Amino acid sequence: MSQSYDRGLIEDFGRWKEFSAGMWAWIFHKFTGWVLIGYLFTHVAVLSSATVSGEVYTQTLQSLESLLVVRVLEVGLLAVAAFHILNGIRLLFVDLGIGLEAQDKAFYAAMVATGVITIASIPTFLGGI
Amino acid sequence: MSTQIKERDTETESESSEESEHQTRRLSEKRERADMKERADNDLSEHDETVRLKVFRYDPEVEGKKDPRFDTFEVPFTKGMTVLDALIYARDHFDSSLTFRHSCRQAVCGSDALFVNGRQRLGCKTQMVDLEWPVRIEPLPHADVVKDLIVDMEHFYDQMESVEPYFQTNELPSGEEQRQSRENREKVKMSTRCIWCSACMSSCNVAAGDNEYLGPAAINKAYRFAMDEREGEDMKAHRLNIIEQEHGVWRCQTQFSCTEVCPKDIPLTEHIQELKREAVKSNLKFW
Repeated sequence: MSQSYDRGLIEDFGRWKEFSAGMWAWIFHKFTGWVLIGYLFTHVAVLSSATVSGEVYTQTLQSLESLLVVRVLEVGLLAVAAFHILNGIRLLFVDLGIGLEAQDKAFYAAMVATGVITIASIPTFLGGI
Repeated sequence: MSTQIKERDTETESESSEESEHQTRRLSEKRERADMKERADNDLSEHDETVRLKVFRYDPEVEGKKDPRFDTFEVPFTKGMTVLDALIYARDHFDSSLTFRHSCRQAVCGSDALFVNGRQRLGCKTQMVDLEWPVRIEPLPHADVVKDLIVDMEHFYDQMESVEPYFQTNELPSGEEQRQSRENREKVKMSTRCIWCSACMSSCNVAAGDNEYLGPAAINKAYRFAMDEREGEDMKAHRLNIIEQEHGVWRCQTQFSCTEVCPKDIPLTEHIQELKREAVKSNLKFW
């Protein structure tokens, strides 16, 4: 029968410029989902310091918050969480079959809202304690 | 312009003095080609606007064409020209070995789904003026290429067959026609428009990764019959049983790629989502 040949990434991620809104929403949702799962582990690790004593917990948090990297990462975490929540609501409506013709607009709205929330949070997070 | 391999001059080799039948045919074909070339040159000089096509070429059966490549064709632009028109022009005037499927030329037969400028489109339904030039034409992604722009549709047809895409029922009305209510007809209306072009299947990211996934077209077909009230309860249960399998509706991740590319504007994702809800409803038990 037909001989296939490898067209490689040209069909998939090589075409990222041609992706539609729904495609981007899917990629971002997967990505943010994995980031949040990763965060959960570090979250548990930090919280577990409270099992030693209250002071150790406070100390851990204070030393973490004193690092600029951690504060920048927190902004990123908020952005990731905000998008995941907003797009999650969008997907809820998609699953219910409501407003499917506006799904791309809903994605753009989620992106804009995420952007606004993230920018608004920068002074709080980067300002430190 | 084309990378078509030059024909060897066999005329001089043939020793027979009397012109054989083949010889006559060959010569007339040669003349025809020369005429075509001349007509194309005339056309090109007469038209002030030309479209440049970059067409994917591949032919595993010919030595020297086995490596996939792009050929460039300069086609005179005419008002209302579609991608298919341009391809036909290129084939008829420049390279008769350029291979692509087409039949009705009015978006009904579903033969000429192509990957035009990075998107699945019907060649006959896509106007040249709506595209960015030069126009890049490739065979549908996520399918084996047989030759040039032709892909192997076998897998797609298998998936379509697997949802039993025909009316069947065990509830026959006695001696009457099987009337469908207007409302019910309206409900399945869009889903009946599928022309089996496989643009949706090609665009689907999930179908690309999961070969057993039914794909948007097949699920839409299942929707068309599952939602048809005339088939009755038993048949609906049977149909839901097919589509709620592991590689059925639940593989859909609502990327909306299929809905975006469907040349018949079928709300595919909507139909898949509706079948998901039907599947859940039929399985919910409160005891």
